[in-house]
Amino acid sequence: MSSTAVFAKASPLDALQNWLPKLVLAPSMLIVLVGFYGYIFWTFLLSFTNSRFMPSYKWVGFQQYLRLWDNDRWWVASKNLLVFGGLFIAISLVIGVVLAVLLDQRIRREGFIRTVYLYPMALSMIVTGTAWKWLLNPGLGLDKLLRDWGWDGFRFDWLVDPDRVVYCLVIAAVWQSSGFVMALFLAGLRGVDPSIIRAAQVDGASLPSIYLRIVLPSLRPVFFSALMILAHIAIKSFDLVAAMTAGGPGYASDLPAMFMYAHTFTRGQMGLGAASAMLMLGAVLAIIVPYLYSELRNKRHD
Amino acid sequence: MASLELRNVHKRYGSGLPDTLKNIDLKIESGEFLILVGPSGCGKSTLMNCIAGLEDITGGEILVEGSDISGMSPKDRDIAMVFQSYALYPTMNVRDNIAFGLKMRKVPQEKIDEEVARVAKLLQIEHLLTRKPSQLSGGQQQRVAMGRALARRPKIYLFDEPLSNLDAKLRVEMRTEIKLMHQRLKTTTVYVTHDQIEAMTLGDKVAVMKDGIVQQFGTPQQIYNDPANLFVASFIGSPPMNFIPLRVQRQGGQWLAILDSGQARCELPLTVADDAALEGRDVILGVRPEQIVVGKGDVGLPAVRAEVDVIEPTGPDTLVFVSLNDTKVCCRMAPDLAPQVGESLTLQFDPAKVLLFDAQSGERLGAQPAERPRNVAQFKGR
Amino acid sequence: MTSVVGHKPFSPSRLAIHATLLLACAVYLVPLVVMLLTSFKTPDDIRGGNLLSWPDVFTVIGWAKAWDSVGGFFWNSVKITVPAVVISTLLGALNGYVLSMWRFRGSQLFFGLLLFGCFLPFQVILLPASFTLGKLGLANTTTGLVLVHVVYGLAFTTLFFRNFYVSIPDALVRAARLDGAGFFTIFGRILLPMSVPTIMVCLIWQFTQIWNDFLFGVVFASGDSQPITVALNNLVNTSTGAKEYNVDMAAAMIAGLPTLVVYVLAGKYFLRGLTAGAVKG
Repeated sequence: MSSTAVFAKASPLDALQNWLPKLVLAPSMLIVLVGFYGYIFWTFLLSFTNSRFMPSYKWVGFQQYLRLWDNDRWWVASKNLLVFGGLFIAISLVIGVVLAVLLDQRIRREGFIRTVYLYPMALSMIVTGTAWKWLLNPGLGLDKLLRDWGWDGFRFDWLVDPDRVVYCLVIAAVWQSSGFVMALFLAGLRGVDPSIIRAAQVDGASLPSIYLRIVLPSLRPVFFSALMILAHIAIKSFDLVAAMTAGGPGYASDLPAMFMYAHTFTRGQMGLGAASAMLMLGAVLAIIVPYLYSELRNKRHD
Repeated sequence: MASLELRNVHKRYGSGLPDTLKNIDLKIESGEFLILVGPSGCGKSTLMNCIAGLEDITGGEILVEGSDISGMSPKDRDIAMVFQSYALYPTMNVRDNIAFGLKMRKVPQEKIDEEVARVAKLLQIEHLLTRKPSQLSGGQQQRVAMGRALARRPKIYLFDEPLSNLDAKLRVEMRTEIKLMHQRLKTTTVYVTHDQIEAMTLGDKVAVMKDGIVQQFGTPQQIYNDPANLFVASFIGSPPMNFIPLRVQRQGGQWLAILDSGQARCELPLTVADDAALEGRDVILGVRPEQIVVGKGDVGLPAVRAEVDVIEPTGPDTLVFVSLNDTKVCCRMAPDLAPQVGESLTLQFDPAKVLLFDAQSGERLGAQPAERPRNVAQFKGR
Repeated sequence: MTSVVGHKPFSPSRLAIHATLLLACAVYLVPLVVMLLTSFKTPDDIRGGNLLSWPDVFTVIGWAKAWDSVGGFFWNSVKITVPAVVISTLLGALNGYVLSMWRFRGSQLFFGLLLFGCFLPFQVILLPASFTLGKLGLANTTTGLVLVHVVYGLAFTTLFFRNFYVSIPDALVRAARLDGAGFFTIFGRILLPMSVPTIMVCLIWQFTQIWNDFLFGVVFASGDSQPITVALNNLVNTSTGAKEYNVDMAAAMIAGLPTLVVYVLAGKYFLRGLTAGAVKG
């Protein structure tokens, strides 16, 4: 209407204010688009080339994937991942749930006990691996300890046993992560409405059956979160293997992450490494996408 | 203080989406108290945000003292707002909360101190100035939020459901206090609420909204006595207006509404102007509970006897429910006159006070064209 | 859920529960105890005794040797971790602020894209990232590692702040805008002072993540620029000469102590970071 109002409309400072949010987010958007998705695409391209020590862009189609398929070491790594991941997840979940339920019984010094269970999570996998490598040392570790304590003939040499070395990884990883599962479930248990439990008690249910039939089933979301995170840790596990076994003996304890690193950066098989990285991404996606999908769908129902 | 006028204000969030606000036309003079009332999702809060400049409008004009502010940024509009959640800055104490807007406007420190002291005295929160919002009760937070708005002496005050987070008792107290404050300060105020009692008690003007459209704009009395349509009639008033579905009959140049209680019938002559429009239509008769004359003997109005189904004593009144035309009808009685359940009661209706609505469109039937609210008339022209 | 078990303090079932919990405590503590005991032993003592045998003589020679070989890398880790943590937290706070309070067309899509970064197996970006660092002249520098950690920490830091800020009523921002505050004033004067707990969570999360990182360290750094995790791994896995387990354990303790100390001092925030990471969005 009046001319003053028109001037106010076009104030350059206001225009800047309107652009500020976008301006502030722009660097991060660039980082994400290039550093996440651009790089994934780049790796994707490399996996179709015959790159060795240096990137080359000679297209070889699916050749690298076929080489992976024929590669015994890749199969060992994948199989190890299944064994390691499966056991690690299952054992961590069981231990975590049991400890959480026990800790939920009005334990004195709960804070201290919780702190003890969770501290390994603060350590680097390299430190964890170094410690367990020493603990499981055939000859000087637990092996000797139990013999010294009178268990004659006790042998524990899984760390150098190609068939059992993967279980050593499981032990160390469970030690590191089960306290975290405990913490997740304990938080979940604290969120359960106590009146539900009182109602069940009035109905005459015993405490174990209340937990098994009512409380734990209501923690399904926590269960899935824990499952997701553990699976994610398992797939990305690289440092633990590097520190504990370096993939050995031979390549008996190789995991895909280790395989990828070894081929890409030390063996000059960049194309093959890129292909293995893409398969790892595929594995993560196969777990994440259904999870996110169900999460989002549930949210929409709320 | 300043006058506020909305001209044909329009708001839509995306091109594919329905309009959130449609052709809003409202005008209040300087010092008037405007209520925007309606159910949730009716667009009242959006409209308030548009006035504040927190959201852009997609069409129309917002005029303060005659000049369009619709393109200005919120800080330049000189408008203050009190939020439902109070929105006090949690890390600042009460003094800093009140002073923040003045500091942002580079008001000199002595002037800020002066203003803070003034509003603190006005709102009786002087003893709270050094406290953090988390240390205040709901009512105290409410006062601080008002103080923050008052300190700036803006042209227009906006209140976004300010009382809905308070408990019932405090709500009534604060309502009176806001009214008192407005009487003293004569501030131009726009007040959003979904509470029809707040709308009736506080407003100089009330705009009843639904689906982004102003259903009726007028004084509280106009809204209450002369609702533009079924929605406005049902939204305002507690207990709500009775709506009795019926067919009208013509008898000797007179339209009659037939009320049937099962044991008796009553022919209620209607004083409607628009004769032809009623022919063969389903209509709804609207009558407020206090307009049904009961228990006072024969006052010479059309009457029907009906059996009492339910009695609800509320203290000052007793609500008596009977059944007419198979619809539950509520009557308001003095407690000492209240009958027992199962007794019969004579209900008398004043033909001058009952309202008629079209059953399909919900529009009021037979009201004088002059009384029609402006925007409804406009709509027909479009 | 606060519990429901019987209130008799010494019922057999409660005794069993306590016993189990304490036994578990012991199991979790054994590796730490063993590390400490071993680190203070002499190599002969190690060979003569067992994991839990008390040292004949306490000696810090293992610690001294360990510090000689990994001490320099400890400072590398400090040089990498401190700037990376600060920068990524600050960026995360700004991103979270925009994504919750100043949404615009496409900002939600961006958040979705960013969120995926929390799950990204870093193997798929290692190669291009190393090419880029090479091009920028940052290969094998601590600066390069700072950059990488900032970029790939952004997903989590943004998530922390965004999730905190969406829980704040946006009326607060609207009130501040009406009061005349601009974009950065609202952030600096109103939101940031409210964010202290989230800042703590974010700092601690990033600190443990970056300090404990091995993958980026081993891929993007070599020689003098390596972080302590890589140096520790090199020390432990070199096969020349007689193994000095006391040195290994002391070096592992040196590498683990900073995060352990932070955990003990600020365990509350550490746990919150873990669970916030678990809920993801």
